[in-house]
Amino acid sequence: MSEQKYDHKVINELVEGTLEWYQIKNMMSSHKDPERFKVYREVMQERVSWDDPILLPLGLHLYIVLKENGERIVKCDCGHEFCDYKENWKLYANIFVRDTEEKMNEVYPVLMAPDPEWQVIREYYCPSCAAQLEVEAVTPWYPVIHDFEPDIDTFYKDWMNLPLPEVKSKG
Amino acid sequence: MKTVDEVQKKTKAPIGWDGKTLKEMRAEIDRVSKETGYYAGIKDLTFKEEDPIRFEKIFSKLRGGVVHARETAKRVAASPIVEQEGELCFSLYTPEADSIVTSTGIIIHVGTMGAAIKFMIENDYEDNPGINDGDIFCNNDNHVGNVHTCDVHTLVPIFWEGEVVGWVGGVTHVIDTGAAGPGSMPMGPVQRYDDGYQVTCRKIGENDELSKDWLLESTRSVRGAKYWTLDEKTRVAGCHMIRDLVLDVIREEGVDNYKRFIREIIEDGRRGFVNQVKMMTIPGKYRGVSFIDVPFEGLDLPKFAQQNSIIHTPSEITIHKDAHLEIDFEGSSRWGWHPFNATPVSITSGIWVMLSQTLVPNDRINDGAYYASTFGIPLGSWFNPDDIRSAHSNTWHGLVAGWTPLWRGLSRGYWGRGFLEEINAGNAHTSNWLQGGGYDHHGELSALNSFESAACGVGASAVKDGISHSAALWNPEGDMGDMEIWEILEPLLFMGREILPGSGGAGKFRGGNGWQSLRLGWGAKEWTMLVAGAGAMATDCGLMGGYPGAAGYRFSAYNTDLKERIEKRLPLPLGGDTDPDYPTYEKNMNAEVVNRDRQAVTTQEEFDDYDLILNYLRGGPGFGDPLDRDPKLVEEDLNDRYILHRYAEKVYGCVFTEKDGEYKVDLEATKEKRKQIRKERLERSMPTKEWMKKEKQKILNKDASKQVQLMYAESFALSEKFTDEFKEFWNIGDDWMIYEEDLNVTKLGRHINRFKNNA
Repeated sequence: MSEQKYDHKVINELVEGTLEWYQIKNMMSSHKDPERFKVYREVMQERVSWDDPILLPLGLHLYIVLKENGERIVKCDCGHEFCDYKENWKLYANIFVRDTEEKMNEVYPVLMAPDPEWQVIREYYCPSCAAQLEVEAVTPWYPVIHDFEPDIDTFYKDWMNLPLPEVKSKG
Repeated sequence: MKTVDEVQKKTKAPIGWDGKTLKEMRAEIDRVSKETGYYAGIKDLTFKEEDPIRFEKIFSKLRGGVVHARETAKRVAASPIVEQEGELCFSLYTPEADSIVTSTGIIIHVGTMGAAIKFMIENDYEDNPGINDGDIFCNNDNHVGNVHTCDVHTLVPIFWEGEVVGWVGGVTHVIDTGAAGPGSMPMGPVQRYDDGYQVTCRKIGENDELSKDWLLESTRSVRGAKYWTLDEKTRVAGCHMIRDLVLDVIREEGVDNYKRFIREIIEDGRRGFVNQVKMMTIPGKYRGVSFIDVPFEGLDLPKFAQQNSIIHTPSEITIHKDAHLEIDFEGSSRWGWHPFNATPVSITSGIWVMLSQTLVPNDRINDGAYYASTFGIPLGSWFNPDDIRSAHSNTWHGLVAGWTPLWRGLSRGYWGRGFLEEINAGNAHTSNWLQGGGYDHHGELSALNSFESAACGVGASAVKDGISHSAALWNPEGDMGDMEIWEILEPLLFMGREILPGSGGAGKFRGGNGWQSLRLGWGAKEWTMLVAGAGAMATDCGLMGGYPGAAGYRFSAYNTDLKERIEKRLPLPLGGDTDPDYPTYEKNMNAEVVNRDRQAVTTQEEFDDYDLILNYLRGGPGFGDPLDRDPKLVEEDLNDRYILHRYAEKVYGCVFTEKDGEYKVDLEATKEKRKQIRKERLERSMPTKEWMKKEKQKILNKDASKQVQLMYAESFALSEKFTDEFKEFWNIGDDWMIYEEDLNVTKLGRHINRFKNNA
């Protein structure tokens, strides 16, 4: 097995956003490291306070994790659990809709904001830690967008040739 | 007497390989590639494997040659769009019009020039008008597959011992092509016949010489004939440089090796693309949507075009188990009476521009990627009109918006894999397009399209802010150009160029900021101006908690007192309109007319000396929750004027002090402020499912503006799938529907309609 191109420290700094530009540029310009996912998943696991094994990082604060009962759920890094990973987690979040000029003006000068007659801004928050997890700029009435439905089994089995993480037995 | 068939019968030997016509070769490539799943049926890359050095040497020669031809030929042009901004591209094709290698530049034309060559093959040009060594062809017909009329193609066949061994195509973005409005992407055209001078794959020269009738007709059909002429010389020069290069390679390597090479390099491109998809993404479905406003009510246009509408482009990327990439745009809006329509080739080919900056960041850009992908392009949609009357002059209005969810979608895959350095929250709506025309300050009939939009804000990444005022997705080498050059060529003086604070979307990493140029009319005799950009809507969503880039607006002032103020040395409007909530321009001038509103697309308005117009180049979307942003970065933003002060606290939760113009963030107070904002978020938000009940009631009551209702009505009329998914999501019964005909909009052009059983 080839040596790791980037170790845990570097990948952790990548996640932190503290790598210097020259390091990022080198990373972008060179061939991708096939072992990145394995290191990255381990780094992400080290960064959260809970033990549920991460199957896939889903967003800045969100993960698909494996529960003891075998369920795969969407979980926030604060520990809040949303829903089964095949459902749209946004339906289990809190929402705030900017649908007036006043609400838009809290984020943009009036003329630099969308016109609420044409478009609204929807903010989705974690119901526990209030992290802003996603922002949609859509017309009124637009169905909540289900951004991503990963095929985790194909990914692990056929693409990565990796075993799925397992729940650690207690005691 | 001969029959018609006999007259039309070929009198010449076929010019394809092994006694075949080009049409036969095209059909064979399509059939074999489809049957085998490999380009041209190439299962083994024998040349590449047996003689890899030689294979790479040929590739490097060809790739280096097309890039060199672009760099050299662009110096021929006088147009700042080509010479300053690099809006040109050259590509080398197989005899059947599959792309082998492409230069840098506007590489969307890999597909469009290929479409033009395929059009000639399909229409038996081999028989009439004939395809001979030394011929020169021209195309800019939108409905053949061009992006828009101003992208003019020069196409030259390459012969070796009587056989076509390939084609070379060159394209430049010409400053004016004689449309209903001045400039290369004018507002005003609402039908093909307004889009300007369109040339349909016409033979314009023989024996390497352009025909006199062509030179006379074409230069009399456009504004700015000198730009047109020198652009054409640029394209011809580049094409001939590349033709010479190919013939040199064949002399050196042998024609059989060249033929093997061009097949294998495309198959290699296809495999490389599949490998990259597997290396960097995650199988599954990625969904997104974009919108762009078409605020045409009250504009100086035919009555049937004077309506507000929205171009809606939902997209679903499916990455299959075998890494095949599929992108489906089902549910998109109908084409319309505006210049923002597009062709299938332009939307798909433009996707390669994007992918070459993220997924396949290498020089193997060829049609291999095309053979590794599938696209769902609904007939009747704005990028596949079912009517040749559609106008396309400002097609980028919709295209730029339509692509941005694809960046975000793929970025979700990169996030899952850990390739955070490749994440991009989307792209700016690369506008405004500041355009005009008339008799310029040199007394010449001319036109302008300021390409400052080639330097908009880039979307944020997951590891750093988006780059400000720097790039556009359609030309990765984007450049705003030098003010001094623009002032030589355009009858507009600069009253300033300045970053627009807050134009990039807020986030943990903020979108790259846009900027503004304030221009003063000076020296033209009879001149009109127009603006064209996104206004009422943000065209992106931001990513993982980041906000969209700011929306657009316009500022212009007519019949000002600036002449007098300059004479009296009084303060003038200068720099950017840095906080439009508290405008300053108007404090330093009087004007009979001031336009300061969201009408970011306009038709021609007379523009005199001392009139003012603002060119606002948009910012990119942000990444991540702004409350996660390092307060030190907010402090830098304040000191560098990348954000407005009041939003440092409101959006980023950063409490700061100011002393002698220097800002300092109070870390402890910021911590508390952020806690408070999070608390407020929970207080004023509600569970999504509860909100959905309220929103559903609005839908049942049809409580939305007419343009929003029309947008849904168009998508419902074109797509059963979109309708079903909409109704299923909101749990709405069969008795609820919105029909276009109930909205008092024009009936013209609304052909495909599944409610009328004629789809």
